[in-house]
Amino acid sequence: MNAKPALTTTNTDLAVLKPFKFSPAGQVNDLLFSRWLAEFSPRSLFLIALILLAWPGFALAQSNYSFSQALDALWRWLPFIVGKGFVLNLVVSFMTMLVGTIAGVLLGLGQVSPARAIAAPSWFITQLFRNSPWLVLLFIVMLALPFEIQIGDHIYPIPDWLKAVFGLALPIMANISEIVRGAIISVPTGQWEAADSLAYSRNQTLWLVILPQCFKRMIPPWMNWYAILTMATPLISLLGVEEIVTLSRQAMEAEDNHPELLVPFFGFALIIFFAYCYPIARYTIRLEKKFAVRQ
Amino acid sequence: MSNSDWTPEQPLVSIRDVHKSFGELEVLKGVTLDVRQGEVICIIGPSGSGKSTLIRCINALNTIDSGSIKVEGIEVNNPELDKLKLRKNVGMVFQQYNLFPHKTALENVMMAPIKVLKQAPDEVEERARKLIKRVNLVGKENSYPGELSGGQQQRVAIARSLAMNPDVMLFDEVTAALDPETVNEVLLAIKDLAQDGMTCILVTHEMGFAREVADHIYFTDRGVIVEHGPPSTFFTEAKDPRTQEFLSQIL
Repeated sequence: MNAKPALTTTNTDLAVLKPFKFSPAGQVNDLLFSRWLAEFSPRSLFLIALILLAWPGFALAQSNYSFSQALDALWRWLPFIVGKGFVLNLVVSFMTMLVGTIAGVLLGLGQVSPARAIAAPSWFITQLFRNSPWLVLLFIVMLALPFEIQIGDHIYPIPDWLKAVFGLALPIMANISEIVRGAIISVPTGQWEAADSLAYSRNQTLWLVILPQCFKRMIPPWMNWYAILTMATPLISLLGVEEIVTLSRQAMEAEDNHPELLVPFFGFALIIFFAYCYPIARYTIRLEKKFAVRQ
Repeated sequence: MSNSDWTPEQPLVSIRDVHKSFGELEVLKGVTLDVRQGEVICIIGPSGSGKSTLIRCINALNTIDSGSIKVEGIEVNNPELDKLKLRKNVGMVFQQYNLFPHKTALENVMMAPIKVLKQAPDEVEERARKLIKRVNLVGKENSYPGELSGGQQQRVAIARSLAMNPDVMLFDEVTAALDPETVNEVLLAIKDLAQDGMTCILVTHEMGFAREVADHIYFTDRGVIVEHGPPSTFFTEAKDPRTQEFLSQIL
């Protein structure tokens, strides 16, 4: 196994500087986002809603378009914004996670491959997409992918939201790749050696011994990235995909673009994202604590 | 790949002038020794003398720089070596047990024969239960490694290795990480094996055990074998001052 360091035990009575324990899984996936989000108390949701809804009521009391009119407008458009808009955000987040996870797992396995010809490009692709601005990736994918593909006699249009899925899947893939790599190398080398000495092939070792052990460790950082991704889906409104932000703007235009509409509509978008991601973040942190205790 | 020249009369493991360096540090400086079938040999010596490295080279966990290691006539120092084939015949037990934590004791024992040797699960299970019984762990079949004591884990590790039906067993300081009160149960399991005719190579600090069980004892220091002999003479008639010093410290 070329990928792992040789084990040498040279003992000494002198004080030694122990090797710095680099924990890639912890470093890369320290769940910053989920931790931050999970720290809100559930009550703060109502507080935020209250502030957002009450603020224009004071600020624009003298204008002739009243706050209650704005709320009525929001209420009228709610089924449209949620049923068509937010649902699409969720569809995009699911699809992106699916594509990103499959590609990311493959890429992560590539990163720990003993074959340099596989490991080096996998590392490069991972670093490239982890460190690129998401919006730039989205634009590139949007413009690079054809708007339709022809298979035989059939012409299949590629909807914008599907292209957005591929665009968002790139950074997700790269981050999942790091999660997988970090989890695999966090398994003690003794496990590899034990499997080696029992004549397991490398693939058998990976799938029967190593991956089952790190599967659980990958779940909290994976969920953390899901929450980040969901929060990032409004980015695709810049590409014209008809998700919640795009549809909110369309609704406001239909209501004559009263500036008083801005805060209720976008405030609602904020709240619905918070309400969706908050339980995920709480659950992520709970799982992480649970798994940490077990190990 | 089995070597047709090899017969059981020849040494099962034959180590010739083995050199091995980790970077600047030369840990093996020309080691030569033979192990015959059914023989039990103990390698003793101060920490860092290259004992563990030596036995890790026998099943190709470490590669050697020069020299020759032959196991049943198969040359280990060979870039074309079929490591999997070699390791099917060479069992190894580690200091840190290295059981698979996500599998029960029984599953740990059964996994390799089923997945690697492709043997029938029923038959493997029957054999695994016998091995568990042999290492005196009846009742712990469904326990996970985390629920077992160090001594129990190490005995599962021995059973796991035996399930592959190896021709030779390597023991790398298998009692060094154990609580003193559990050392004996592991040594008893190894003694049982040795008396059963299993070829065993042990790196150990248990002198009493070495004296009782070993057919031959090798003392290594700074990468060379300083002195060797049967336990009847080794402990009483050590000639080299380094051996004498080591024995005086440890006995």
